[in-house]
Amino acid sequence: MSARTLDAAPAGIANVSRRGLLAGIGAGALVLAVGIPPAAEAQQPKGFGADGMPNGWRDDPKLFVAIAEDGTVTVTCHRQEMGQGVRTSIPMVVADELEADWSKVRVAQAWADEGRFGNQDTDGSRSLRHFFMPMRRVGASARAMLEQAAANQWRVPVAQVRAANHVVTHAPTGRTLGYGALAKAAAELPVPARDTLRLKDPSAFRYIGKDATGLIDNRDITTGKAVYGIDARVEGTLYAVVARPPVFGGKAVSFDGSEAMKVPGVLKVVAIDPPAIPSEFQPLGGVAVVARNTHAAMKGRDALKITWEDGPNASYSSDTYRAALEEAARKPAKVVRNEGDVDKAMAGAAKKVEAEYYIPHLAQAPLEPPAALVRIVDGRCEAWACTQAPQVTRTRLAQRLGIPEDRVTVNVTLLGGGFGRKSKPDFVIEAGLCSKAMDGAPVKVTWTREDDLHHGFYHTVSVERIEAGLDASGKPVAWLHRSAAPTIGSIFAADMKHELPFELGMGLVNTPFAIPNIRAENPEAQAHARIGWFRAVSNIPHAFAIQSFVAELAHAAGRDPKDYLLEVIGPARIVDPVALGDVWNHGEDPKRYPIDTGRLRRVVETAAAGIGWGRPMPSGRGLGIAGHYSFVTYVAVAAEVEVDGRGRLSIPRVDIAVDCGPQVNPERVRSQMEGAVVMGAGIATSAAITFKDGRVEQNNYDSYELTRIDTAPREIRVHLLPSNDYAQPLGGVGEPGLPPVAPAIANAVFAATGKRIRQLPIRDQLTA
Amino acid sequence: MATLVVNGTERRYEGDPEMPLLWFLRDELGLTGTKFGCGQALCGACTVHVDGSAVRACQTPLSAVEGAKVTTIEGLSPDGEHPVQAAWRELNVSQCGYCQTGQIMQAAAFLKDTPNPTDDDIDSAMTGNLCRCGTYPRIRAAIKQAAAKGGKT
Repeated sequence: MSARTLDAAPAGIANVSRRGLLAGIGAGALVLAVGIPPAAEAQQPKGFGADGMPNGWRDDPKLFVAIAEDGTVTVTCHRQEMGQGVRTSIPMVVADELEADWSKVRVAQAWADEGRFGNQDTDGSRSLRHFFMPMRRVGASARAMLEQAAANQWRVPVAQVRAANHVVTHAPTGRTLGYGALAKAAAELPVPARDTLRLKDPSAFRYIGKDATGLIDNRDITTGKAVYGIDARVEGTLYAVVARPPVFGGKAVSFDGSEAMKVPGVLKVVAIDPPAIPSEFQPLGGVAVVARNTHAAMKGRDALKITWEDGPNASYSSDTYRAALEEAARKPAKVVRNEGDVDKAMAGAAKKVEAEYYIPHLAQAPLEPPAALVRIVDGRCEAWACTQAPQVTRTRLAQRLGIPEDRVTVNVTLLGGGFGRKSKPDFVIEAGLCSKAMDGAPVKVTWTREDDLHHGFYHTVSVERIEAGLDASGKPVAWLHRSAAPTIGSIFAADMKHELPFELGMGLVNTPFAIPNIRAENPEAQAHARIGWFRAVSNIPHAFAIQSFVAELAHAAGRDPKDYLLEVIGPARIVDPVALGDVWNHGEDPKRYPIDTGRLRRVVETAAAGIGWGRPMPSGRGLGIAGHYSFVTYVAVAAEVEVDGRGRLSIPRVDIAVDCGPQVNPERVRSQMEGAVVMGAGIATSAAITFKDGRVEQNNYDSYELTRIDTAPREIRVHLLPSNDYAQPLGGVGEPGLPPVAPAIANAVFAATGKRIRQLPIRDQLTA
Repeated sequence: MATLVVNGTERRYEGDPEMPLLWFLRDELGLTGTKFGCGQALCGACTVHVDGSAVRACQTPLSAVEGAKVTTIEGLSPDGEHPVQAAWRELNVSQCGYCQTGQIMQAAAFLKDTPNPTDDDIDSAMTGNLCRCGTYPRIRAAIKQAAAKGGKT
């Protein structure tokens, strides 16, 4: 069996494999997608935006568009779908510029190959921000090639022909040709030079900015045909689960697999070496059980007898670690932003306010746990994986298996949620090691929910301490913020103890407040668990602390929290993030993406108006508000909460206002904001990962509590700030909705009860 | 040996009768529309119908469904046009979509018994089905829309 045998590919995965595209669309089909990228385009200079990402961007239509003789347009999506809608939105952009009829548009998923497709790392709320313009050019180039092909066939000047809605028309004679009929000739034409492209005027957009496009995977999802990583199957698939060290940094010193081997269906017990520290994205090691089905593998794992050595993190416990973070946050530390003279202003302040906030570890806990299928045939490795980072997965798989990268193929499935967890390919490497141990047989590794919660890459844990000095009128004149939290950098360098620029730039140093004296400090914090990206990352603790503290200051000054927040933001102005100490700026050009406090003010005002700020509230009800800038997008949340006589919290309504610049797919922007509100409600009220003796204390969704339909905000209203100027830069969408949700809810709780929430989650704090 | 009817076809299994129905469907029959989320009946991603009632396949051993009629998402409707499926598409309920087959199976069984649900009815029927993407507002709206159109096939 060849590694590329098409009939053995998992049903329903519309991957464009090199052969798959040719063979899969039907004999004689014209395929634009077989072109080789022109060398001249292969590398863009390092810079901002997509230019600053590994392997940058491509805009060659031959890489992304295939048109079959029946007119079917297949757009290859090189970004991963995990619920943000990218497999719909990228084809929308291409189809719009291509003047394609959406009913004839299909999507294919790119395999891992950044040399070919440009950057594929789907995180940081970047896909449309970075690829809107390249994908517009892809569509416009393909349209120009179809027009040229028609002009050639009719022997008329190309200026006389026009492509519209899947048909090219010669205006003077009224002759028409469909895209299918032109596809073959068009594919043989050179790709037009970038500076000759005629992009559509946005007023002529058919799909971009409209709400009319349904999800491209809707039917597959609702009928059970959609294929996620956990669903990948090829002929002869074996199934594995892995017993991993219960403490990060630990290892199995000995194990006895004899009882496991007696479980019917169990085929092999496989030792996986522990990683060197720092462990980056490597598997944690342990013992895998490979079986004929998942049930047998799990039973076999239960029967393993393993002696673990816990290693250096055996005493990691959340209670004592919190105390250590608090101690660190009460002392002067590394200065990461400094304007004016905070100490002097604080000394002269009429009133001083201080508060400490605690935000626990979180687990991404996507409903689809990590899972991947790998086989190795004739020295070629093929993987199917729910990965946010296909190229990293391919590279790490090749390195760990000792197979040249050009002999490793990573096919990307749908992701059943990602939220940052699936940016790390440890689970794919585990499947690769199991396949290798089974002489290359296809092995699918499935993580159980317990595995996911016990062995994750956790959102950091932090203590945020803020002190402010107010003048006699209640206005803040000094602001000191210390953020103590282990860094994601610790998975790459074990002794790294300070937040990295990208973490500091997530709401700590780049808060655009009109306060004359501001200092931010970052104490040391040693990591004792794997710290990783979680949707919105460090913006979560920073925004929670800052937006809660502004409301605390408003209370101390006897002011309305919304008015006070607007005053602290100050007048509408353009702020240079570099001047604040943010050298990262979400990877974007600070000239093109400065901070616009007018936009931040506007979302705050919009959310407030939406929820009816200032209306009289019955006893036990309250409104809270928070606004936050992240991923170069402005979001504000206004929440209404109710706390009953027994201290039970419910959230009848949330209004969320977002200004993300021009919107490609407003329908998906709304759904991302709705989802952010629900996830944020869980962060506010119920979710926490805690450690004791180095071990995670939560096992499953009973103890790691996520928002359910009956605990979610009953009504969520999304307000999209209008922006039809597509010359303006796009902001992120997937993440920026999340950070302001928890502080808005906590501020509403204060309004309802007078109880100030300084640690998350709220859980039973209101019943005490 | 276990014998059961899955989506109208009789299926036999010679192996471990304690294997959860979930893994029989997924690993043995290749019916991967039924999802694994928790293995403890805490998330509802594995919801199927057993003799017409919604059950969690991850906590249902094959021995418990001997002779039963099992319907999975693949068998809910011959053409995928069950009113619940249609409503899910019309309102673009899904984000990642992973939990949605379980949500749809739960909602379809619920609407059969409760054709005109209130918000509180929906809360209690659907609280066992987690959605990490947070599609609950649209799930609620889609259930109401499907109910308005008659709910059942």
